[in-house]
Amino acid sequence: MLRSMADETKGVSRRDLLKRAGLAGAALTMPVTPVLPEQARPAGVSPQSPAPPRREPIENLTAAEADTLEAICARIIPSDANGPGAREARAAHYIDRALGGALRESREAYRAGFDAFDRYCKSSRGAAFVELSARDQDSVLMDVESGSATGFTGSSAAFFNMVRTHTLQGTFGDPYYGGNANFVGWDLIGFPGIRLNVTSEDQRLGSKPTPTHKSAYDTEMFTKAQAMKSEPSVPWLALEKSAPSATLGKPVANGD
Amino acid sequence: MATRLKETDVVVVGLGAAGGVAVLPLTQAGVDVVGLEAGTWLTKKDFAPDELRNNVRDWPMAVQKAQQEVPTHRVNAKANTTRAGSHPMMNAVGGTTLHYWAQSWRLNPWDFKVVSETTKKYGASRIPKGSTVEDWPFGLEELEQYYDKVEYELGVSGQAGNIKGTIDSKGNIFEGARNRAYPMPPLRSTGFIDLMTSAARGLGWHPFPGPAAINSRTYQGRSACMYHGFCNKGGCHVDAKNGPHLTTIPRAQETGRLKVVTRAHVTSIDADANGRVTGVTYVTDGQEFIQPAKVVLLASYTYENSRILLLSKSKAFPNGLSNNHGQVGRHYMSHAQGGSVTALFPFNINAWYGLPAQGVAVDNFADDNFDHGAHDYIGGGNLWVMSDRRPISAAGMGTFGRTPSWGSEWKAFVMKNADRTNTSYLQKTTLPYEDNFLDLDPAVKDPLGFPVCRITADYKDNERRVSALAQERMTEWYKAAGAIATQANPIGTMGPTTHAYGGTRMGRNPETNVVNEWGFSHEVPNLGVLGAAVMGTSGARNPTLTAQALAWRTAEYLAKNWRAVTL
Repeated sequence: MLRSMADETKGVSRRDLLKRAGLAGAALTMPVTPVLPEQARPAGVSPQSPAPPRREPIENLTAAEADTLEAICARIIPSDANGPGAREARAAHYIDRALGGALRESREAYRAGFDAFDRYCKSSRGAAFVELSARDQDSVLMDVESGSATGFTGSSAAFFNMVRTHTLQGTFGDPYYGGNANFVGWDLIGFPGIRLNVTSEDQRLGSKPTPTHKSAYDTEMFTKAQAMKSEPSVPWLALEKSAPSATLGKPVANGD
Repeated sequence: MATRLKETDVVVVGLGAAGGVAVLPLTQAGVDVVGLEAGTWLTKKDFAPDELRNNVRDWPMAVQKAQQEVPTHRVNAKANTTRAGSHPMMNAVGGTTLHYWAQSWRLNPWDFKVVSETTKKYGASRIPKGSTVEDWPFGLEELEQYYDKVEYELGVSGQAGNIKGTIDSKGNIFEGARNRAYPMPPLRSTGFIDLMTSAARGLGWHPFPGPAAINSRTYQGRSACMYHGFCNKGGCHVDAKNGPHLTTIPRAQETGRLKVVTRAHVTSIDADANGRVTGVTYVTDGQEFIQPAKVVLLASYTYENSRILLLSKSKAFPNGLSNNHGQVGRHYMSHAQGGSVTALFPFNINAWYGLPAQGVAVDNFADDNFDHGAHDYIGGGNLWVMSDRRPISAAGMGTFGRTPSWGSEWKAFVMKNADRTNTSYLQKTTLPYEDNFLDLDPAVKDPLGFPVCRITADYKDNERRVSALAQERMTEWYKAAGAIATQANPIGTMGPTTHAYGGTRMGRNPETNVVNEWGFSHEVPNLGVLGAAVMGTSGARNPTLTAQALAWRTAEYLAKNWRAVTL
């Protein structure tokens, strides 16, 4: 027999863990009055970031959707005693921008998801998400994560997983795409950054290379990725007279 | 109306790992070659160290031909068919070698003789029921010279373990005899890899650095590896990863005998009433072209090789080209790559940089390198530990059941542990079976209206037992190195994979094999097939070098036997 931890890790949700600790019920029935001082603050505002970061102009979401997304990101990776989180990384800005490009196909899932999310917040907690306390926001997100939030097309868990996945991308991806502002995501997990030439010393145990705080595209040596739009597709597959369009990467003469 | 082009000597369908190698011995021998490639040229400028683009969004595969032809999969003929969201391979001059891990292994001697060796040692009854496995038509000794050519022509770094029978315990003591050392020393180690190496020695095992088609020093004028951490699906920014696009293809072009046609989507291989191929039909920019040729070498990926043959029906081959014996698509295998082990260490392992080919291997539990007398399976697994981490995937790590997956508690866990996990890579023996095969999907079509490939396959008892063995040994290894938690990951399915074998198996018996011992069709004398599609066993290690050695051998045979093949 393998002494694996697969069973332990499979499908462990926040609610399960809280249940094990005997907290889930308490969290759900707790009055709005918070227990800990920082939870009394407006959502997402931590002692480390007294002023929320300045927000960029919205590119694809509606204003209400953008507000909700900011608040969800701020609970998924909170700003707390351990430092800045997804709000400071501008994860919501990354998502908003990508919804017009690489994540375009997710735009409808966001629209429908926010719609259901908003209705669920109001019917179950009596207010829009952005107006809830951090504690209530977390309890709503636990419902959505576990799939028990009602009113979603399919499971609410799919919406949660999508937002969480994209929040991680926006926090830990290259800043070129509009998130990971000031490299807060990379600093948070200790990634020492883009280095084009890594030394043997950089790979020793105990070695702590200085963070470079560079985007992959800070150097001119790479063809720029398409941050705003989708990458070009493959026109030559169609069996019809279509105009030749962009080739992938840098066109190089055929060897003939 | 299709445009008929001027006839050439040989048309190669696909300029990837295999086709891109075959063009060199052909053109150097004076044969004119047209290489048709569905992708384009890409260069080091196209491979920024960008995890979002390369790993999350799968560029450039997500915008390519292969992406529109993702095979479907079902575990057996009665099961539901599903379709993966993406194709694991990419189209480009050089193919998937542009961004692969570049682990360049020779097979071990046992892999060529699974049936005879198993029968001799354990009795015929030990071949699993339903398996269609055969011995290869030749042994490692025959392929050695071609492995050698590819290792030197493209550039492979590594530590030899057996030179002409002299064993060197710094290398793989289980490898078959090689004629000389690798052209380059192995890639360097890291602190963590040193730690794992010591732990393996402490267990009495024989760890060694693995072979890679990556420069450990300047080779042929190209840079040494920079270990920058974005090699995995990211391509190389200094051209230190030795694919055919940097080596054999440009050298073939220098002869003046190779014409490279990019963005060419081959739709059929055309045959005459006498059962000989006459050339291929392809589409580019909405226009159809016919490229006549005296010989066709089919060198697309395993799934596409079978698909093109099955789609190429004619009077002489009503069930698909070279399929009058019903063998096209049979003997499909993969590698059970999914069944890995993830470990959590109580200290940072500093794996932020490096590459999947920078690591340490243990071969003690692969193939028949240990006695199977007390076991109920044959074969085994190669254990591989590497230095490969990027920030988005690091932050997405599992929490070993210790915290939720978001919020302050999760954040604290990830901050502490993002550099404390390692996931091994375990490749295992997979055998061919009667009911694991490729054919055409009856419902799902590509944008041109042609059916995509359908995979019908599942791991059997032998594969699952081998996987469990490899995971047990890997868990033991991690614990010996100080891991405080381990997790065995599921074996996964036999759906689309980067290690797909079979469909056009090589062997002397035309009743059970599509191509002969030289890689040419038993039924169509001027049609050759290249790639892991011809391999009859999977081995327990990456297929690319073997596919390249076989491609060189087939091309050399063709050049030397031109009259006989083209008569």
